[in-house]
Amino acid sequence: MASSSSYNSPCAACKLLRRKCMPGCIFAPYFPPEEPQKFVNVHKIFGASNVTKLLNELLPNQREDAVNSLAYEAEARVRDPVYGCVGAITFLQRQVQRLQKELDAANADLIRYACNDIPTGLPQVTGASTVQPTLTPRNRLAEFNRRVGNEGGGFYQLPGALPYSFPWNDASSGDMNDGGGEGGM
Amino acid sequence: MASSSSSSSNSPCAACKFLRRKCQPECVFAPYFPPDQPQKFVNVHKVFGASNVTKLLNELHPSQREDAVNSLAYEADMRLRDPVYGCVGVISLLQHQLRQLQMDLSCAKSELSKYQSLGITGHA
Repeated sequence: MASSSSYNSPCAACKLLRRKCMPGCIFAPYFPPEEPQKFVNVHKIFGASNVTKLLNELLPNQREDAVNSLAYEAEARVRDPVYGCVGAITFLQRQVQRLQKELDAANADLIRYACNDIPTGLPQVTGASTVQPTLTPRNRLAEFNRRVGNEGGGFYQLPGALPYSFPWNDASSGDMNDGGGEGGM
Repeated sequence: MASSSSSSSNSPCAACKFLRRKCQPECVFAPYFPPDQPQKFVNVHKVFGASNVTKLLNELHPSQREDAVNSLAYEADMRLRDPVYGCVGVISLLQHQLRQLQMDLSCAKSELSKYQSLGITGHA
């Protein structure tokens, strides 16, 4: 992303801050003049000096992602001053919990089918050479686990998802108030 | 809902303690930054700045401020743990988990429908 200062056009940050956009301007690569609202939001929520400090603590190759995530959070906070992007997190956590329960129920049903002794409808031949079912109940369960990715035999686990709780408050619950929000990014 | 103003007990709130100023009775921070949780304000101040938080709280109805402060505190904490992605990293992770769960559920339902189409009841 070329620095807008090289074209003698100040970046969106310097335009808003009414200052000369110098060649080494830290904002210039990430706040082009044609996207003024991006910096307006970021400045309103985080402040230019906080963003400068944050960017200075990062490697140059991390800064674009950092600015984009700050811009996302700032826009979310401007749209929803009470919950910001935390509203989206709460919404998504609830969706994950709901789907996890549905999956657990479906898995439980499958295990019942896989483990019971009701014939699968395969032809049975009387006499010495009895046709064996293609899969025994135990093998059916293993096959199912392989297909749905539960190789370890356990149900889908949330790998360390961060619940909405605060490290300084031991009594906090993992859920927030009913603060809605969009789930998409 | 909000804890009582710490300034009423002559103990400055965490914000005023950090900012080294007198905690006035009407301090906007006091109900939400009790002195026994100093890190909460330290984080919020570092990421958002005291004046931005003041402006934001002043634009909200008093009944909304506690939730706003708590969500700001959460965002600040996430940003300090992950300076590149902050809360957006959590959102990405949850979206990925959701997609995976949807695929797994679709798979499981497809398996179930095979059993059900064979007329198996699944009861012992």
